[in-house]
Amino acid sequence: MATTGVTQPVRRSSTGVLLESVLKWREISILLVAVLLIAYFEAENRDFLLTSASLENLSQFIAPAAIISFGEIMLMIGGEIDLSAGMIFAFAPFVMHFAVVAGMPAPVGLLLALLASGLIGVVNGVVTLFLRVPSFVTTLGTMFLLNGLTLTLSAGTPVDVPGSPGFQAFFGHWGYSEICWAIVIGLMMHVLLRNTRWGLHTVASGGNPHGAAETGINVRRLKIGNFILSAVLSGFVGILEGCRISSVDPQAGGSQIMFLAVASGVIGGTSLAGGSGTIIGGLIGATVLGVLNDGFTLIGINAFTFNIILGAAILIAMVFNIHMTRLSRLGGAR
Amino acid sequence: MTADVTQVNSEIIRAENIVMKFGALTALRGVSLDLKRGEILGILGDNGAGKSTLMKIITGFQAPTEGQLFIDGQAVQLRSVDHARSLGIECVYQDLALANGLSIFHNMFLNREIVYPGPFRLLNNRAMRRRTQELLDEIGVHVPSVDLPVERLSGGQRQAIAVARAVNSNARVLLLDEPLAAMGAREAGLIIDLILRLKAKGSLSIIMIMHNYAQTLEIADRIMLMQRGAVTYENHAAATSVPELMEIVRREYRSMRNPASA
Ligand SMILES: Nc1ncnc2c1ncn2[C@@H]1O[C@H](COP(=O)(O)OP(=O)(O)OP(=O)(O)O)[C@@H](O)[C@H]1O
Ligand SMILES: [Mg+2]
Repeated sequence: MATTGVTQPVRRSSTGVLLESVLKWREISILLVAVLLIAYFEAENRDFLLTSASLENLSQFIAPAAIISFGEIMLMIGGEIDLSAGMIFAFAPFVMHFAVVAGMPAPVGLLLALLASGLIGVVNGVVTLFLRVPSFVTTLGTMFLLNGLTLTLSAGTPVDVPGSPGFQAFFGHWGYSEICWAIVIGLMMHVLLRNTRWGLHTVASGGNPHGAAETGINVRRLKIGNFILSAVLSGFVGILEGCRISSVDPQAGGSQIMFLAVASGVIGGTSLAGGSGTIIGGLIGATVLGVLNDGFTLIGINAFTFNIILGAAILIAMVFNIHMTRLSRLGGAR
Repeated sequence: MTADVTQVNSEIIRAENIVMKFGALTALRGVSLDLKRGEILGILGDNGAGKSTLMKIITGFQAPTEGQLFIDGQAVQLRSVDHARSLGIECVYQDLALANGLSIFHNMFLNREIVYPGPFRLLNNRAMRRRTQELLDEIGVHVPSVDLPVERLSGGQRQAIAVARAVNSNARVLLLDEPLAAMGAREAGLIIDLILRLKAKGSLSIIMIMHNYAQTLEIADRIMLMQRGAVTYENHAAATSVPELMEIVRREYRSMRNPASA
């Protein structure tokens, strides 16, 4: 190839091209895994998807993990994580409860709960970015702190969900309300990540934090914003789940839901090291986990086995992520 | 300041007695510098001499501990990289500041993206893609596709992208931190070509930090030698030579080792 100016042909081997196309369709391949799993469970158990009760059930497993994963994905792309998400989930509905007990209407209580969640995000962000504590440690601290706070405030006992039946139905009690929220929020987050400066800068600051700062991107503001986003989404899911089961439980959520959300993101192709990830991947990851969970429950595999399979799925997804990227680099241009 | 109007007018950047301390370490101990319109100033010096630090002060990335910066003869206190950019100062850092996973065109417009009008300010990828292609064609940099992530480019191509990004946006002053670092003779030649072509278009003043004396004398109009946080020599490129510069550096080292006999 003749070259003029600063030209250098990018050398690509055929394996490089092949791997690249696989990588490009990584979400598709995970989606394929989900579809295969559904087909398998459907064959094993006729009631898996085709009855509306199990479909509803499945959607209610997927939605909370998916919505929290959207926030975690934004953080992970920027190289951060929020371990306190599940405790914000448990905390927020109590803020709403106390606001309503104090005489405020339920929607105002909801807003206050989201505001309080956002403030926890501010604390997570400020401690991480200004006091330079790794977010893993910061949010580990706020995780225990919030858990204790919620248990103290609630005296360890569940309370009723405030609000009119219509309000509750809209915010989670209607069977498909949660999955609708997940899809709407997912679409908005996808646009935020892919089509706005905020999203682009998040990717840039995860891939090259120092370089991003040198181009004038305010990395701190960006990351604190993502901590707030993650916290507000977690709090919102706590309220959705409270409305769904008609009870605000101080023991709800917790690190189980947080780890499910992180796992959804990772299975969906988000790198914990920062710099890459997709929102749709988080939704698909949550779907895979939901299908595994429901499927194994229906064919009678217990929760212990489920954890073994979940663990294996996360490891395989991670190994796949890291090595596919590395291999495609080796096979492709230098 | 009526004494020498032409002098003041032709001077685009002047730094006076810049001191920079990082805790106990003094990276710059009173450095002064001036840059005239359309001029290429080459800064040479050892590792750790404070070259990058000086440059980051001129780009508004960090504020000096002491000293004053003048732009177009006006005293300014740079508040941020964006502030310096609004005054026409652009730079290519030693680490290039490219986001590896992002495409060439997203890197080209990083932090000054083109967005659609409207409340959501969505990214106008199409316009950025087209503008990037035009810009690269204009300055003679060729890449297979502006959609490629920059991690797939060679060192020379990455450097060229970083330079192109800096000149895109009506930069009047371009700061280059070791633009030829870790580059083979051929790739270095291409970047030198690019720099000379930019200079030939006029209107652009360039400060470049270099390690190779011969290359610097070839491109620069004027050179400045920095050692241990201070400027130790300054001259027109035509008035000095590689042996002379080597001798100055050697003498400086000797005086550093036994100050009494200097
Ligand atoms: N942010 C910082 N914090 C602390 N020390 C710093 C910082 N930046 C630079 N230094 C120190 O200041 C001194 C000058 O560094 P600088 O990067 O300016 O050197 P340089 O001349 O560019 O060297 P090189 O040729 O290796 O790029 C070094 O001792 C460096 O360790
Ligand atoms: Mg340097």
